[in-house]
Amino acid sequence: MLNYTIRRLLISIPTLLFISLVIFLLLDLAPGDPMSSIPLTVPPEVKEKMREALGLGEPVHIRFLNWLYQFFVVEPQVAWDHLFGTDFAEGKQRIISFQSRSPVMTVVAERMPQTLWVVGPSYVIGILIALPIGIISAYKQYSWFDQIGTFISMIGFSIPTFFSGVLLIVVFSVILQWFPSIYDTTHTVTDWGSFWYQVKQMIMPVSVLALYNAAQISRFMRASMLDNLNQDYVRTARAKGMSEKVVVLSHVLRNSMIPVVTVIALGVPTIFGGAIITEQVFQVNGLGQMLITAIYASDAPMVQTLTFIFAVLIVLFNLIADILYGILDPRIRYD
Amino acid sequence: MTDATAQTQAARPPRNQWWDVWDQFKTHKGAMAGLIFFIFIIAAVYLGPYLWKIDPTYIDIRARNKGPSLAHPFGADQLGRDILARMLKGGQTSISVGLTAMGLSLVLGTFVGVLAGYWKRLDGLLMRFTDLFLALPLLPLLLVIIMLFRDPLRAMFGLETGIFVLIVFVIGITSWMQTARIVRGDVLALKEREYVLAARSIGTPSRRVVLRHILPNIMSPIMVSATLGIANAIITESALSFLGLGFPPDFPTWGRLLFDAKDMIQQYPERVIWPGLAISLTVLAVNYIGDGLRDALDPRIRGR
Amino acid sequence: MNFKTVLMGAVAGIAMAPAAFAERGADGHVNIIYWQAPSTMNPYLSGGTKELEVASLVLEPLARYDETGAMVPFLAESVPTVENGGVSADLKTITWKLKEGLKWSDGSDLTSADVKFSWEYCTSEGGGCAQSEKYNDVESVETPDDLTIVVHFAVAKPFPYGPFVGAQAPIIQKAQFADCTGPAMASCTDQNFAPIGTGPFVVDEFKTNDVVSMSANPNYRDPMKPAFATATVKGGGDAAAAGRAVLETGEFDYAWNLQLAPDVLADMESKGKGHLEVSFGTLVERIMVNYTDPDPALGEERATAAHPHPILSDKAVRQALSMAIDRELLVEIGYGAAGKVTCNVLPAPAIYASTANDACMTQDIEGAKALLESAGWVDSDGDGIREKDGKKLALLFQSSTNAVRQDFQAIIKQWWEEIGVQTELRNIDSSVFFGGDAGSPDTFQKFFADVEMYANNFDGTDPEAYMANWECKQAPRPETQWQGNNMPRYCTPEFDALVAEMAKTGELEKRAELAKAMNDMLMQDYAIIPLVYRGRVSAASNTLGGVIMNSWDSELWNAADWYREK
Repeated sequence: MLNYTIRRLLISIPTLLFISLVIFLLLDLAPGDPMSSIPLTVPPEVKEKMREALGLGEPVHIRFLNWLYQFFVVEPQVAWDHLFGTDFAEGKQRIISFQSRSPVMTVVAERMPQTLWVVGPSYVIGILIALPIGIISAYKQYSWFDQIGTFISMIGFSIPTFFSGVLLIVVFSVILQWFPSIYDTTHTVTDWGSFWYQVKQMIMPVSVLALYNAAQISRFMRASMLDNLNQDYVRTARAKGMSEKVVVLSHVLRNSMIPVVTVIALGVPTIFGGAIITEQVFQVNGLGQMLITAIYASDAPMVQTLTFIFAVLIVLFNLIADILYGILDPRIRYD
Repeated sequence: MTDATAQTQAARPPRNQWWDVWDQFKTHKGAMAGLIFFIFIIAAVYLGPYLWKIDPTYIDIRARNKGPSLAHPFGADQLGRDILARMLKGGQTSISVGLTAMGLSLVLGTFVGVLAGYWKRLDGLLMRFTDLFLALPLLPLLLVIIMLFRDPLRAMFGLETGIFVLIVFVIGITSWMQTARIVRGDVLALKEREYVLAARSIGTPSRRVVLRHILPNIMSPIMVSATLGIANAIITESALSFLGLGFPPDFPTWGRLLFDAKDMIQQYPERVIWPGLAISLTVLAVNYIGDGLRDALDPRIRGR
Repeated sequence: MNFKTVLMGAVAGIAMAPAAFAERGADGHVNIIYWQAPSTMNPYLSGGTKELEVASLVLEPLARYDETGAMVPFLAESVPTVENGGVSADLKTITWKLKEGLKWSDGSDLTSADVKFSWEYCTSEGGGCAQSEKYNDVESVETPDDLTIVVHFAVAKPFPYGPFVGAQAPIIQKAQFADCTGPAMASCTDQNFAPIGTGPFVVDEFKTNDVVSMSANPNYRDPMKPAFATATVKGGGDAAAAGRAVLETGEFDYAWNLQLAPDVLADMESKGKGHLEVSFGTLVERIMVNYTDPDPALGEERATAAHPHPILSDKAVRQALSMAIDRELLVEIGYGAAGKVTCNVLPAPAIYASTANDACMTQDIEGAKALLESAGWVDSDGDGIREKDGKKLALLFQSSTNAVRQDFQAIIKQWWEEIGVQTELRNIDSSVFFGGDAGSPDTFQKFFADVEMYANNFDGTDPEAYMANWECKQAPRPETQWQGNNMPRYCTPEFDALVAEMAKTGELEKRAELAKAMNDMLMQDYAIIPLVYRGRVSAASNTLGGVIMNSWDSELWNAADWYREK
């Protein structure tokens, strides 16, 4: 397994380089223009000058190599300088956003906590709700619990968050006035009062997202459990006199986890990618909101950097999923 | 496959196994209800416009923002277009886009997943390819695809079919990755099971092992992906149309009706409720059909 | 929403004004929401409205436009004119005098060197300054003493108020930005995010595209102002969420640019927490008519002057398209009190507004039909679409993605089909439509469609540059990389002559006549079909006093006078 992991990690390097190239070409080909948000009153000659100042005049391969150099050499140096007070990166050009002309990585660092505060808990809560619901629904198939669970999760998945979010705001912010409709990103938790405010402003976005995530995961959990509950080994285990709890929770559950692990592993990188729509609805302004505004503004360096970080996480978590398969089912071998 | 089925088959005259599946399916109440509802929805959206003849794009400015009445049972929208007619017309598009796009992504995902899971040589390459697709930013990808293919497809198939093909294609190729990863994970585990090893050891060709022994056993995650896929395709379509990447703006679809009405949720809640309900109930129906089908296809449950 | 409320608000504001003269910072905190968040605080780096307006809380020009479009001195003592001797008789020199004793927020003195530096900064090579047009034709800037600035133009400038006037061209501090000229403009992140200014507020923390935290400027020139000790400008979300936060939940005090359906806005306003503020500038929603053939079969010559449009070259068709439109209904559906019917592409200021085209105010479907009939466009095969010489009256109508525009498209399509014109609609994402990417077929400059709808306006009050948009040479074409503002590809020697005439005319009355003549020429040729004269709508909480909505400058232009109603 260790060999396999090391081999996979090594293969990841060319994979990621290739992915970054594809993303770069894709963004270059995309028909947007960073000048599109500039008012029409600014004349075309001025816009052309602004484009040149952004470095858009350079040929594609030069821009790509520049980005690689900045991402893999300059940015780590900056981080190092920041931690240890050295000055390796002195005077070197960092990755600069087209919109704000500020270093992309600084903005990422600024946005990260906001996203983790909201999207992180919602994912964890989603999983914590989904697993028991999936297990019980499968174990008591077609019971009332199962029917209601199915109904709620289907509603949860088929109602888009742009709608459920607005609905929550109307009910809880406008009518009941319990929670703020706009998330305060400058809020800092210092005592119980401010912690309570933080909880209040997190409740709505977190529950919208948690419902969506739980719906999906619980469906996979249920289906996979159902497949395994009828297997011969379950009958054998019961025949040997094992308690239902042990049969279900250690034998069946373990064998049913593979699709669920896959789905969760695919979902974790999206935590960092932020929740584009939910962040917009509640003005959380995390990484998702940043990505979507950058895409609308055709801010190529920002989109490229964010998507690349995202790609690294995808590759990493899919690797973790593959390793987990081997642990869950030792018969799966990769060597 | 098991002794039980062998016995029942011996006891009765031979018949097509799909009749067995249907018999089993019929006993599943939820599945039958789902199927009936689904057929009803399909009939409504395809036959309904022949009964309810108001043109969904006709603007009757005097009926603007009117609530339900005899002339407009579901009310009229901000321009005075009949919402019932728009729901029916929109259903045609949404259901056909939902089903075909889901089908495409399912076929692609299952194909890639099985190939990668069963043949180790293909695994690395295919899964890295999947990683690539997972990493691509959706919106720029869509913009590029639309820019490159909109006009050729329009020239080939005409306006509506051209855009339909394009949207199905776009949704299909951007949503198969999850299915592929899930199928591959299951196949990796299944191919080490005793019965697969047994089948292989007696020299069954790989193709048949996959079709006869592996595919039937990964039906449940595929079914779940299918249900989730339909909802996903309907919503994605609305986002695409909203961004101007899909159907022309006056072309109703369920997702679009929902999207357009969301700002008026307080003033005219019914406008959000109709499309929202239609999407949820359709997805729910498909889900129950999937459940029933899965049970019916499982020989261990069949006949119980 | 109605005008009465707005008016009442304004009256109340004036009546209550004395209450505001308490002392600086006495009224606590003010919350402002811009649903498109500012990405930088330096207006020279980004020409976007959101950046300009938020930056106007910190940076100030020598003079601003007030809510009537008149110029008022801010950092300058008075506005120089030919009459008061501030502008030379040959219109080539303008002399500004700074107020005495002005200080930057860091306590240092504001001098004429800072003003001169602002010009140097924006025109430095390789910086890509978004406002360099404001400094066009400036030959040199002299600073005879600490308070005097003399701007020399290379040509006679009938309207010499480009440099240092309005939210687009504020004064920045030389000491802070001295090392940030040219290519270094972009890398001065700290300076760009927290410029030192003379305005009522100082940036405490700037989170790009998210939130700006500010506090009162301790060195602001009026010791009583601003009434608020701190201010937050929050960004993100959409217009509906912003409106809700001010009008329904009362979490915020001011929300910018609420482009929402009129009934939604009216409903929000009825909750009683706030009111809408409307003001009209020069923004006109219009349909551009393509004079050239966008047929893809033409390849490279598509949508260029080489091929006149097969059906839209006929003036009768263009006129019929305009006649079939009920502009009053469009206003009612899309903009409510924030829109007015217009028959001009140049609707304001009042001296430039023509009345010669007002016939378009009423819809005339029958007239349009008769006109097409007499021009030879008849429906001979009974399919409801008129044709002539084998050419069908079928149009592709494109616009950017926006709920109101899509409603307009749908309803205009119906009117046009009534007069026998088949219409296909297309909407395109704004980032593509308004982007100038020469590689994309969907930009509004390329105009690969028959008609297109969008809105445009001009900065300040002088329409010279705006009217020059429809000169022949402004037509986007491959040789100009598809840049240019003349979307219809309108091209007549008479119009070009008027443009040249206006460039050398100084008297206001004559300029107004010329501008009107140009407007009338465009209108009577139906090259542009104006639809709605649009105002800006913002919402202010009922507890926020002193708001005077302004479409000629930044909406936040008088934030120093804002106060909390008690």
